[in-house]
Amino acid sequence: MSSASPLPRSPTLLGADRSDRIYRSLLTAIAFALPGLIVIILGVLFIEALPALKRFGPSFLWTSTWDPVAEVYGAAPMIFGTFASSLLALLIAVPLALSVAIFLTEFSPRWLRQPVAFLVELLAAIPSVVYGTWGIFVLIPFLRAHVVPPLKAVFGWTPFLQGVFYGNSLLAGGIILAIMIVPYIAAVSREVLLAVPTSQREAALAMGATRWEAVRSAVLPYGRAGLIGAVILGLGRALGETMAVTMLIGNRHDIALSLLQPAYTMAAAIANEFSEATTGMYQSALMEVGLILFVLTVAVNAVARILIWRVARGAAVGSKAL
Amino acid sequence: MNETTAVLESRAYIFWYGPAQALHDISCAIPTNAITALIGPSGCGKTTFLRSINRMHDLTPGVRHSGDIQLDAESIFAPGTDVVALRQRVGMVFQRPNPFPKPVYDNVAYGPRLNVLAPPRELPDRVERALRQAALWDEVKDRLREPGTALSGGQQQRLCIARALANEPEMLLLDEPCSALDPIATQRIEELLVELKQTYTIVIVTHNMQQAARVSDYTGFFYVGHLVEFGTTQQVFTRPTDERTEAYITGRFG
Ligand SMILES: Nc1ncnc2c1ncn2[C@@H]1O[C@H](COP(=O)(O)OP(=O)(O)OP(=O)(O)O)[C@@H](O)[C@H]1O
Ligand SMILES: [Mg+2]
Repeated sequence: MSSASPLPRSPTLLGADRSDRIYRSLLTAIAFALPGLIVIILGVLFIEALPALKRFGPSFLWTSTWDPVAEVYGAAPMIFGTFASSLLALLIAVPLALSVAIFLTEFSPRWLRQPVAFLVELLAAIPSVVYGTWGIFVLIPFLRAHVVPPLKAVFGWTPFLQGVFYGNSLLAGGIILAIMIVPYIAAVSREVLLAVPTSQREAALAMGATRWEAVRSAVLPYGRAGLIGAVILGLGRALGETMAVTMLIGNRHDIALSLLQPAYTMAAAIANEFSEATTGMYQSALMEVGLILFVLTVAVNAVARILIWRVARGAAVGSKAL
Repeated sequence: MNETTAVLESRAYIFWYGPAQALHDISCAIPTNAITALIGPSGCGKTTFLRSINRMHDLTPGVRHSGDIQLDAESIFAPGTDVVALRQRVGMVFQRPNPFPKPVYDNVAYGPRLNVLAPPRELPDRVERALRQAALWDEVKDRLREPGTALSGGQQQRLCIARALANEPEMLLLDEPCSALDPIATQRIEELLVELKQTYTIVIVTHNMQQAARVSDYTGFFYVGHLVEFGTTQQVFTRPTDERTEAYITGRFG
């Protein structure tokens, strides 16, 4: 790009104005190209999904048959599995990540803050497939030996713990997802809490609040919008996470309430079945799954932003970090 | 006025921000049920001293102090001191308004709720009383659900005063509480302070000499980290013993 400047530097203001204009139109073009790319992806997904859309209509969303031989497709189990695993992940990850962020910003000794924050964020750099492998060889045996038996003993009567635990399951997939999204939620939450002005903590403490009361009644409410954003960011990642979940969730087209049973997610289905999708309709059905996933993740992010905007009237702490 | 029982006594109190010494050897006795004004040029340590009294510096990394500050003849730095209780007893209004981004009502109700000072059904009365005392009620009575941060700077300042009052402290530390107020609001705050001193001990930092002369019973003059002069307001303003005090209050510097 810099090679475009053999233009002699004009001494007049007019000339400077022209190079300014070129530069600006270039930037404008780039700025429009990126959103344009999204529109193109959406368009391609839509066109490719068109045969399936026409054949199955909206019932694609709530029917459960997935039969490539009979060419009948319904994505309900994957949609269910995507939400169930993501929700389970949030349930585990949010308290964990918030605790880490609160500890690091409010309670930990100063020298500990940077190293721990660094290590937590490092978790985000581990490739998904490594998480999957770890899940298979460490997490699942651990769950089988130490977690599922006591859980079953106490909550075995609920519909959530029915059946035999073979390993690959909603539970395993949800836990691995939780571990994977903790760094994101923790990192953004930490930014949000760091952005809360000291004067807010002081206001609470000066009224006779304990450190914890100050966090609960002043710091967290002040950062609420940003914290919601952090959680939704985590949700967005969980919905689309592919490799590790594919390795652990069991990949069965079935809706089961039990956490111990295998399930499926949209991302896992696409990753697993693309190479097998030989017929046009099979491919188109997978494209439609991709389209749903795409729209869903975009919608989740949009909702996050609207929420933040509504809650804090556009001036949310940490909304920058998003 | 003559029987002056000191609630607060500073004894050779010294304070450092890291390597920078901000307070030198501060010794004074702040009398009960009176208004004590702290005056002095910007950066001379008034805020630093005020924040020492409710141990607000505990939060600041890298600071240290020596000497002692005693409240009711007990050291506030003694091991085992209940800092939380200390801060409830010694209320503070900060130099910069710091309302919570909660509704006006919840800002004022914060202390009573936190310290369970009143049953919930009495809260509205308390909130109203505190807001009236702070000369803010008329302006916000229809906006109690709006966030405190949406008020004007001067209104925020009074909101913070109301918040501190609602917490029922015994002693009030006010750091330039009228800096953003118009003359009418200032006058009402001054009237409030004079009224409150029946039951409270008040320490007020002010850059306004007239205000110090008008409302305070005692005055302390800070100069580059030293408490140069401390005495009754009448004495400090009419017969200052230190020439720097005289120069400052007559407006020759600062
Ligand atoms: N957090 C801090 N870290 C380091 N130095 C500080 C800090 N706060 C204040 N100081 C320094 O300590 C000295 C006293 O500051 P202080 O805020 O007490 O002054 P002040 O009398 O309240 O001034 P003003 O009238 O402007 O409010 C100043 O030199 C200031 O720069
Ligand atoms: Mg100050």
